[in-house]
Amino acid sequence: MSDEMDMQEGGVVKQFMFVNRKAPYGTIYALEGLEVVLISAAFEQDVSMAFIDDGVYELKKGQDTKALGQKNFSPTYRALEGYDIEKLYVEKESMAVRGLTVEDFAVDVTVLDHAEMAAKMAEQDVLISF
Amino acid sequence: MLHIVNKSPYERNALDSCLRIATNGSAVLLIEDGVYAAVKGGSFEGKVQAALPGLKIYALGPDLSARGMADRVLDGVNVVDYGGFVDLVAEHSNCQSWL
Repeated sequence: MSDEMDMQEGGVVKQFMFVNRKAPYGTIYALEGLEVVLISAAFEQDVSMAFIDDGVYELKKGQDTKALGQKNFSPTYRALEGYDIEKLYVEKESMAVRGLTVEDFAVDVTVLDHAEMAAKMAEQDVLISF
Repeated sequence: MLHIVNKSPYERNALDSCLRIATNGSAVLLIEDGVYAAVKGGSFEGKVQAALPGLKIYALGPDLSARGMADRVLDGVNVVDYGGFVDLVAEHSNCQSWL
């Protein structure tokens, strides 16, 4: 029993990347992905998030869902830091085609071009897609 | 005729199909992720502006606000609320949803 505990405590830390490619609200993917990221924080792994394609819209500042009757979950991205999830990567091309800049985002992000994003993805142990 | 588009133009070809088929004088209402086509700065700006002389283009305000896009709507696109949505449906004899 104590051996098992020791193994858990000294467990291997893997690199997990959550790849977000969906806009918020239109589908449930963005919210579900965010919830899984928060759960993953409990496992003390090396977690990062990538925002590609319409996923970049998740980070847009100034979201106001009052008239929609849905929860505005965008403030949660600002809380990720408190869970030691600080690596947020945004693909440059996805931003550019949508007319967005880093000033449009509610959180600090690292902008990567597609080649840099590919390299970052290649070094992960696990990729989880939403 | 009223056309309704609810998909992001960057993810699906619903808007492209709608703009290809819609005839002059028709109305196009952008809702849900479709509203991303109604904002300035994106690569669909030119396509929407090119369609504007012939089509009346509307975008649903609550969906723009939810996505943080209410302050960058393209000139010439009319923002409507839920009541305006109902009026559009009532005013037109038929309606095609580009799901």
